[in-house]
Amino acid sequence: METKAFQRVYTKLLGITKATVALRAEGVSNEELALVGGRLAQVVKIQGDMVTLQVFSGTEGIPTNAEVIFYGEPPKLKVGDDLAGRFFDAYGNPLFGGAAIEGEPREIGGPSVNPLRRQQPSELIATGIAGIDLNNTLVTGQKIPFFADPDQPFNQVMAMVALRAKADKIILGGMGLSNDDFLFFKNVFENAGALDRIVCFVNTTEQPPVERLLVPDMALTAAEYFAVEKNEKVLVLLTDMTLYADALSIVSNRMDQIPSKDSMPGSLYSDLAKIYEKAVQFPSGGSITIIAVTTLSGGDITHAIPDNTGYITEGQLFLRKDSDTNKVIVDPFRSLSRLKQLVIGKKTREDHPQVMNASVRLYADAANAKTKLENGFDLTDYDERTLKFAHDYSKSLLAIDVNMDTDTMLNTAWELFARYFSQTEVSIKNELIQKYWPKA
Amino acid sequence: MKTKGKVTGIVANLVIVEVDGPVAQNEICYIDLAGTKLMAEVIKIIGKLAYVQVFESTRGLRVGNSVEFEEHMLEVTLGPGLLSKNYDGLQHDLAKMDGIFLKRGDYTEALDYNKEWEFTPIAEPGQMVLAGDWLGEVPENWLNHKIMVPFKFEGKYKVKSVVAKGIYKVSDTIAVLTDANGEDINVTMVQKWPVKRAITAYREKPRPFKIMETGVRSIDTFNPIAEGGTGFIPGPFGCGKTVLQHAISKQAEADMIIFAACGERANEVVEMFVEFPHLDDPRTGRKLMERTTIICNTSNMPVASREASVYTAMTIGEYYRSMGLKVLLLADSTSRWAQALREMSNRLEELPGPDAFPMDLSAVIANFYSRAGFVFLNNGSTGSVTFIGTVSPAGGNLKEPVTESTKKAARCFYALSQQRADSKRYPAIDPMDSYSKYLEYPEIQEYLNKNISENWVDLVMLSKNYVQKGREAYEQINILGDDGVPIDYHDRYWKAEVIDFIILQQDAFDSIDSNCPIPRQKFMLNTVLDICKMSFHFENFEECSTFYKRIINNLKQMNYSVFESDEFKKYNIELSSILNERKAE
Repeated sequence: METKAFQRVYTKLLGITKATVALRAEGVSNEELALVGGRLAQVVKIQGDMVTLQVFSGTEGIPTNAEVIFYGEPPKLKVGDDLAGRFFDAYGNPLFGGAAIEGEPREIGGPSVNPLRRQQPSELIATGIAGIDLNNTLVTGQKIPFFADPDQPFNQVMAMVALRAKADKIILGGMGLSNDDFLFFKNVFENAGALDRIVCFVNTTEQPPVERLLVPDMALTAAEYFAVEKNEKVLVLLTDMTLYADALSIVSNRMDQIPSKDSMPGSLYSDLAKIYEKAVQFPSGGSITIIAVTTLSGGDITHAIPDNTGYITEGQLFLRKDSDTNKVIVDPFRSLSRLKQLVIGKKTREDHPQVMNASVRLYADAANAKTKLENGFDLTDYDERTLKFAHDYSKSLLAIDVNMDTDTMLNTAWELFARYFSQTEVSIKNELIQKYWPKA
Repeated sequence: MKTKGKVTGIVANLVIVEVDGPVAQNEICYIDLAGTKLMAEVIKIIGKLAYVQVFESTRGLRVGNSVEFEEHMLEVTLGPGLLSKNYDGLQHDLAKMDGIFLKRGDYTEALDYNKEWEFTPIAEPGQMVLAGDWLGEVPENWLNHKIMVPFKFEGKYKVKSVVAKGIYKVSDTIAVLTDANGEDINVTMVQKWPVKRAITAYREKPRPFKIMETGVRSIDTFNPIAEGGTGFIPGPFGCGKTVLQHAISKQAEADMIIFAACGERANEVVEMFVEFPHLDDPRTGRKLMERTTIICNTSNMPVASREASVYTAMTIGEYYRSMGLKVLLLADSTSRWAQALREMSNRLEELPGPDAFPMDLSAVIANFYSRAGFVFLNNGSTGSVTFIGTVSPAGGNLKEPVTESTKKAARCFYALSQQRADSKRYPAIDPMDSYSKYLEYPEIQEYLNKNISENWVDLVMLSKNYVQKGREAYEQINILGDDGVPIDYHDRYWKAEVIDFIILQQDAFDSIDSNCPIPRQKFMLNTVLDICKMSFHFENFEECSTFYKRIINNLKQMNYSVFESDEFKKYNIELSSILNERKAE
């Protein structure tokens, strides 16, 4: 952003904390941007003529006589078709050189969609991964995070899903992404020849944490441009939302707010909802789908960040290493896609819902059998069969390295049923059994 | 002269206004931001400073912006035309707003002032009337919408005149009333009422004595909710809260449904927008949307109006109750409302209570739940507001302030269990942790025994006992192993499983199983209990489990068949023959 003529310049800071500065100024509007000693800052509190600014890159080395220039407007992103194929920092400035974007500047974090003008999501996103397509089918306009421990390959799975999803645009919002992971995404997209469909907004671990707060809004403003104006199917990848929430708590702490659960700000739910609820199916055909990553600490989903996220998103995907088959699988118990009901059995084969439930139930029986085994009890014949079923199910369907269409997944499941169980044990509607039970 | 003011401070959506005259707590004001009026509510006053919560984003607001106070609290507009509408939390009609995105300050009228209604008078000139008494009625969809003496009227009034049967608009005068001082007052079809106050224009509020049928077996059979009763559904995310609430709203035996989507996902509301206009209402043969009003403040809409949304919904419910109707009010989720209170309390720098919630949370919740109820109106008719709220406990932990406060206020508790949800046993209502206080009411017991079957309450208690015994047996089997316990334990465990699979579990996505009317519930419970009472002969525990799995499979097919159809009967006969195979004398 360039400075304009006749802007008032203030040079007397009255207070400086690690993330904020305060000064006396007049005619300042809420949430407008300013430059403090050359660094970008935003108005977060006004009391009389006392204005508090949040300095995105931190306040290290800012003197009390630093120059403060107010822009008179909130953060904006210039949107246009030029965004495609480009990489940006958290402020929307191009990385790796290249021309600045020419386009209409748009306020980020804009208004929400009138719920009545939303379209019900109904278009299936095929990923080829049975743990997702069979058990937790994704739909355009959905928002869903991966809940994963930091050691799990969530970024790889997410990149794979993004490339297979046949989206018109993929927008990556990287928050606290390690430089290695950033280069990973860049390489994957380049190698897949998908670069012209990609837009990236990245804040790496090398950059100040508070800057991250701008990334999701930047990414989603770009997404709204393509989805609303170009009627495109846009997939937004946000990684890692836990680091975003951590940045929120830093700011609220500096502003002396009373923390609620797990030292998170009391407004965490609304703050996260504002981002995730940008996922939408527009009536014109455009859509924004959000796939995010929330890293957990030791698998704890009761922590305020995953907990609030779970209440906002339309399900969650859990990755787990299955010791039985030594493969990373999509955990069928803890994963859930809330919107799957809109497509399974409707856009997919009629037996999909019942096959999905039956196989998860049998897999649960296997988990019980396993507990029995671990406690040193004898297994029944049924237990033995569930264990064998679980092994095959995990290997040929749950593992993230499978890639097949939904009908093949369903047929595979029926084959596994028939291999290990009788028709009554599977307990599926009779008419479906008649139609799909593999003929011997 | 309206009081005016100037903005002197802004912290997120809390704005401090210096005023030039009197202001009231909870008074509504409008802040002028370059021509756009932003609605706000006074929540604290210190000297000349009024602290107001703004129902919109405060981006761009500056010190010095002018403010005008409206001399009334947050009010809803009541009159014909509320049905089938989709409102935001402040009762602005979402359908009338332009564009795909919500614009700040786009406040649309709740009612259609040009629509014509066919009015039929009820009151006669000369009659003495009280607030809430019926003056006339207009047909609204299939309901008779009563036009009442405005609730704000205090004391007795004499009807001077009522217009003749005919076509009128809502703002036309339909009656003239004379007050005690002899002054005439014109009454239209529209009235306003502050949402935070309960409408108490009724004669008596007795203890509830009837149940409200929901078609969900684990509610109606196991823990029924009373008409005019209160209940709540706490559960971790992913346990089927929303599916359950939608099922109740589709099937409940109510004249009118109000759904307050409070801080929840927009796509869930969209599901209702899309489905309800197509779903048939089994009672009237018309569409569900015709008896539904949706109040929607989704999680990305302004936080401050989240609190308002539940009150708006309750007030509309009380309004229809005063017409002698059965209203069902659902709020998803009251935790978001509590969180909105917390955000505000935090910005006001109040000393926090548990988990940083405001200290009076428990009182606020209790007060809200107490507005539900069954009432006898002044003319002897009855009406009711049944309220079911969901709670989203942080971390699935039921020992958090919102759940605990709600537990004190609500009479039915439908605990959703993560364990049941994980094993896909839906609805995941835990049969042992959940309760309905109404089952202990002698009035309700009498009603159930009279309307379902003579010893119904005993049967329900008996089946709860079977479930309990089965759970105990299961724990023993887990500790001692399949071989380590007598076969009898397996038998007990499997009998509980039959109740679980056939009565407690219900497929909300199956067109037949999703809605189970009371006669069918009665039949299935009796069938299942007959099996539980039988003794069977097994050589070993594997025979036992194989046998019961066959029974469960057979009964499940019955649940999927049309009640008393040939198919249903066929499975029932098959069931007898399976039972006879192992029946012990």
